[in-house]
Amino acid sequence: MKVEQISIFLENKSGRLADVAGVLAQSGVNIRALSLADTTDFGILRLIVNDTEKAKQALKENGFTVGKTEVIAVEVFDRPGGLADILNIIKNNGINVEYMYAFVRKNSGNAIIIFRFDELEKAIETLQKAGVRILKGEEVYAL
Amino acid sequence: MIWNKEFETLPRGELEALQLERLKNLVERVYSAVPYYRQKMDEAGVRPSDIKTLKDLARLPFTTKEDLRINYPFGLFAVPFEKVIRIHASSGTTGKPTVVGYTKNDIDSWAELMARTLSAGGAYKGDVVHNAYGYGLFTGGLGAHYGAERLGAAVIPISGGNTKRQIMIMQDFGSTVLMCTPSYALNIADVMKEMGVDPLSLKLRVGLFGAEPWSENMRNEIEKRLGIKAIDIFGLSEVMGPGVASECIEEQKGLHVFEDYFIPEIINPETGEALPNGEQGELVFTTLTKEAFPVIRYRSKDISRLITEPCSCGRTFYRMQRITGRTDDMLIIRGVNVFPSQIEHVLMGIKGVEPHYQIIVDREGALDVMEVQVEVSEDIFSDKVKALEGLGKRIEREIKDLLGTTCRIKLVEPKTIQRSEGKAKRVIDNRKL
Repeated sequence: MKVEQISIFLENKSGRLADVAGVLAQSGVNIRALSLADTTDFGILRLIVNDTEKAKQALKENGFTVGKTEVIAVEVFDRPGGLADILNIIKNNGINVEYMYAFVRKNSGNAIIIFRFDELEKAIETLQKAGVRILKGEEVYAL
Repeated sequence: MIWNKEFETLPRGELEALQLERLKNLVERVYSAVPYYRQKMDEAGVRPSDIKTLKDLARLPFTTKEDLRINYPFGLFAVPFEKVIRIHASSGTTGKPTVVGYTKNDIDSWAELMARTLSAGGAYKGDVVHNAYGYGLFTGGLGAHYGAERLGAAVIPISGGNTKRQIMIMQDFGSTVLMCTPSYALNIADVMKEMGVDPLSLKLRVGLFGAEPWSENMRNEIEKRLGIKAIDIFGLSEVMGPGVASECIEEQKGLHVFEDYFIPEIINPETGEALPNGEQGELVFTTLTKEAFPVIRYRSKDISRLITEPCSCGRTFYRMQRITGRTDDMLIIRGVNVFPSQIEHVLMGIKGVEPHYQIIVDREGALDVMEVQVEVSEDIFSDKVKALEGLGKRIEREIKDLLGTTCRIKLVEPKTIQRSEGKAKRVIDNRKL
């Protein structure tokens, strides 16, 4: 039920994103989803890729600070209120969202939302009970 | 182990009698052989015959780096030039280098002092001493080299740089004692990690580190990362080179000054007034035996204090507290005195923070701004912005608590701060004062 996400520390210097993309391209890693959090001084790039270990290794070899965390991917129906329904479930159960980002699935047209929770197990249990579809890691890596 | 039991454990009374005898002899020698010293003493109204007790030392004028520059290169040598068998010089980043000379006896004393240092640090005959201090005009490399030979150890004269090769040699030659600057020791630890070399698989047992000020937390870090005991050693080329003072492995608490060769004093750096034992101030050294390049009351610019309490190792020499800073790398930030070693102490006290840092001082308008750059290692990295920002704030708060002045922490990518292969460059001061 969990998806592995890698995160990369980036200083706010021009060209650093291109450097990351270049390293991944060279090692033949495909990016599935990404989000960038930025502050005045630095940014944190979060990525889901088709081969987490390979990506992590390649980035570390090129001198990047890389972390690995577990997130979950939830499928949201492409209709008004689709996201609101899921966020309400989370809210009503007192679970805090650390951050989230979304992308659209190619074949179904549905949205996939990546959630980062501190209480990961509790979030999975709650969402499953409410009948929300949580994607398996393999499904996301192979998208 | 104590290398020279007779002298290193001399009762204080006998030691002071020996010091006085040597001091009188020194002052007479210098007065007759070096016109510059004679002129300074005449101006101060002191004659060699005025030195009757050790307290009279305070009547003699100081010697400063400026005096050395004025007499560049050989003006303060106290023996005919044909007696000089070695010349060393400081790096001289500002202006001309300062030049020091040694007679055969001086080189012999120096080897004795470094054998004592190694011995105090827990090295033995039969050790393999990996000497990564720079060889050349710098006194570190050759000073340590002769001491290790005198001890009866096998010396690897590897000098600084080419860290991967150093590590290969440590593995293949079975180095047991490491000698280098503390910042280079950390660089070695980093490179070992990158190469996948487990420090515990090496025979390395102890490291003798000196030539730059470092903190207690940095010691802990080196000991943890390399799996060795880290010993603080001290010296300065103008006085001898390494081998002026050294910690004992029994206590690792203050450095025994080899007082049969040097008299240490602590003075108020502003007024020049000699301070009572135990008070903090600038270290001043007088060489008691040196022939080619003796110095009288040489101002080291290093800040320390003298510890007179007896030490469990049995040495009767007073100890100097580890150098907390230098009068000339003291930064004045908005009127507050800041030493890089204080910032280092805070950083090393926070788990996971890399021991590589740089302090950048700027002036924005009329205000000094201090930025401390800290590398983000995997240990402190988080995918959450608030965790990283929280870390920066925590460091800022701890620095403010210690120094009473604010700074800005800038988190930077790993390896962006230049690695040391000798003395680390900790401060970039961009203020145009």
